[in-house]
Amino acid sequence: MSASVEELKAIASPVVVDARGVSCPGPILAAKKQIPSVTVGNVMEVLATDSGTLKDIPAWCRKMGHDFLGSFEEAGAIHLFLRKAK
Amino acid sequence: MLTPPWRNTSQYQRKQVTKMSKKTIIVFSGDYDRMMAAFIIANGAAAMDDEVTMFFTFWGLSALRKQQKPVGGKSDNSFLQNMFGGMLPKHAEKLGLSKFNFGGAGRFMMKKVMKSENVMTVAELISTAQEQGIKMIACTMSMDVLGISKDELIDGIEYAGVATYLGEADESNVNLFI
Repeated sequence: MSASVEELKAIASPVVVDARGVSCPGPILAAKKQIPSVTVGNVMEVLATDSGTLKDIPAWCRKMGHDFLGSFEEAGAIHLFLRKAK
Repeated sequence: MLTPPWRNTSQYQRKQVTKMSKKTIIVFSGDYDRMMAAFIIANGAAAMDDEVTMFFTFWGLSALRKQQKPVGGKSDNSFLQNMFGGMLPKHAEKLGLSKFNFGGAGRFMMKKVMKSENVMTVAELISTAQEQGIKMIACTMSMDVLGISKDELIDGIEYAGVATYLGEADESNVNLFI
């Protein structure tokens, strides 16, 4: 499942995790910390600058059973979107 | 209607993917860089909902030493045990690099770069590991050999031997020796 950049930009994520500036494993630690505050079915957005996050957040989603929606890069930051599935 | 019922497995697939698993890591080395690798893997696995057990033996034990050495209390260590204890790195942030250490200058430079790149130090990785409920076990046999006592090591860890580690490893699907 992958959404287009326009579709992703249209999402108003109720929870945004700012992991900009932190290196591996910071972004997934931040995602893990924030996911309990997201209601099932809602979207969480992760902001990161570490390029490994592009692969790591999808892998984290697969393991945790959440739906990874897609990502885009803008103004030096990576925006990643996932839907909490359980 | 065209899909036969046995093909409609999506609900089962999700269960398979999210199965909890366990990782075990033996931390033998007392090198700063290897310690970073061990703790990054451990913290990553815990963030992915895995149960993690780290077993610290020999030089790896140095990482668990308290920053502040406990005062008072006469130790019943022999001279040689005290000598080992005195020569070992005092705590996690005093570990040397496996390469380019140059008597600590290399580590100093690497930590400077790490700080500017916002990379977590070993001490930070250890406290994150404790927050995430990673089980850390100190090998009591190597503690005896190196003259390390329990009050020198950080709180919240367990003490055990090879059978405990093997029992944990039996239940795990990834096992690393670092």
